Amino acid sequence: MMTRKISCTINGQAVTLEAPVGQSLLEMLRDIGLTSVKEGCGAGECGACTVLVDDAPVDSCLFLAVRADGRAIRTVEGEAGPKGLSPVQQAYVDEGAVQCGFCTPGLIMASTAFVEQNWDRRVSRDDIRRGLAGNLCRCTGYVSIIRAVEACLQPDES
Amino acid sequence: MFALASYHRAETIDQAIEYLSRDPRSIPLAGGTDVLIKLRKGNSAYSRVVDLTAIPELRSISLNRDGSLVIGAAATFSDLLNDPLIKDHLPVLAQAAATVAGPQIRNMATVGGNICNGAPSADSAGPLLIHNAQVLLQGPEGPRRTPLEKFYLGVGRVDLTPAEIMTGLAVAPEDYQGWQATYFKYAMREAMDIATIGCAGGVLLEAGRIKDLRLAYTVAGPTPLRCPTAEALARDRVPDAALLDRLAETVLADLQPRDSWRAAKDFREHIIKILAGRVLARILEDGGVSL
Repeated sequence: MMTRKISCTINGQAVTLEAPVGQSLLEMLRDIGLTSVKEGCGAGECGACTVLVDDAPVDSCLFLAVRADGRAIRTVEGEAGPKGLSPVQQAYVDEGAVQCGFCTPGLIMASTAFVEQNWDRRVSRDDIRRGLAGNLCRCTGYVSIIRAVEACLQPDES
Repeated sequence: MFALASYHRAETIDQAIEYLSRDPRSIPLAGGTDVLIKLRKGNSAYSRVVDLTAIPELRSISLNRDGSLVIGAAATFSDLLNDPLIKDHLPVLAQAAATVAGPQIRNMATVGGNICNGAPSADSAGPLLIHNAQVLLQGPEGPRRTPLEKFYLGVGRVDLTPAEIMTGLAVAPEDYQGWQATYFKYAMREAMDIATIGCAGGVLLEAGRIKDLRLAYTVAGPTPLRCPTAEALARDRVPDAALLDRLAETVLADLQPRDSWRAAKDFREHIIKILAGRVLARILEDGGVSL
């Protein structure tokens, strides 16, 4: 298969590689070891493969790797900083929002984008549910996940 | 890995047309949320693609000097949701965009793809039909435009000639200025679902009378459809509850809903009538008319 050279940043690091034109971003990321990115349905229904492209969540299973050229890609591997987990990751831990864990990386990325877009707005639980509508979780029943996102939007001032 | 037999990324509209002319089996690729799924299922008719998403002008949303609103074919649903011009002049299109799938798909899927795949359920189609959107096309013979209503030919079929692409959609000022509109998507789930029935309505009021009224439905026929019979009935009438009842009884005259695994025909007909009343009542109430 034909390949194309692409240059992008992945979790802040500049990367140049040859991508087969039919390769999905999901496959490209897993090939270079970023196996937090999960294939669930492969058809844009479940969100397990969610990554951020220029800070916007996309289903990497339906996103051609060649389209990552010139873009900034974020996966959950890049979210923890030197001081530890990101606020969203920490909230998932605190709220017990992780069970089997398969949906977690995708949900963390969708939640991170939602929090970054809405940190200065008042949002309802329905808004959070709509914001995470592209991610399925078959374990938690979502309540702990909604609470985790809520915790990131309402800093504890006590 | 998608079994792509050929991939070209166009950087200009002319280049896209050139690529498509050179290989008659190739098809335009925009968001990929339909094409790649078909390819994944092994449909080789989708294996030769010309990528349109690197053409900057296809993504722009702008107001022409004559006041018409021009929406680039590769504008994503998220673009429609967040664009200030759409919010100000075509809010019903943003409202419909918000009902599409979830955030991830809305960040990829485009309005042009939503129309060009010819789906009877396209969420953007109802709002664009009631605003008399014109489809802007460009091909080897040059540019042309056609009303969206005529662009639809049948299930999955639109009026695209060989090597032609949709460059955008245009709405004339008289088709959005003063109009009040709303969209209602009836589906089994509140997100990540295809409409069982979608209904877009628009009303232009003048001195307490309906100067013009437009209704469009999705999944109520082989293509998204307008309701000319009901629309004619409403023109120049004073809106009241009795008129809404008559309109609800009339909309089916122009629609052909059918049975599918999603819903039975008689159930669809029921929803169609209910939505006519609900959509128009909401528009009129928002416009300060008490029914």
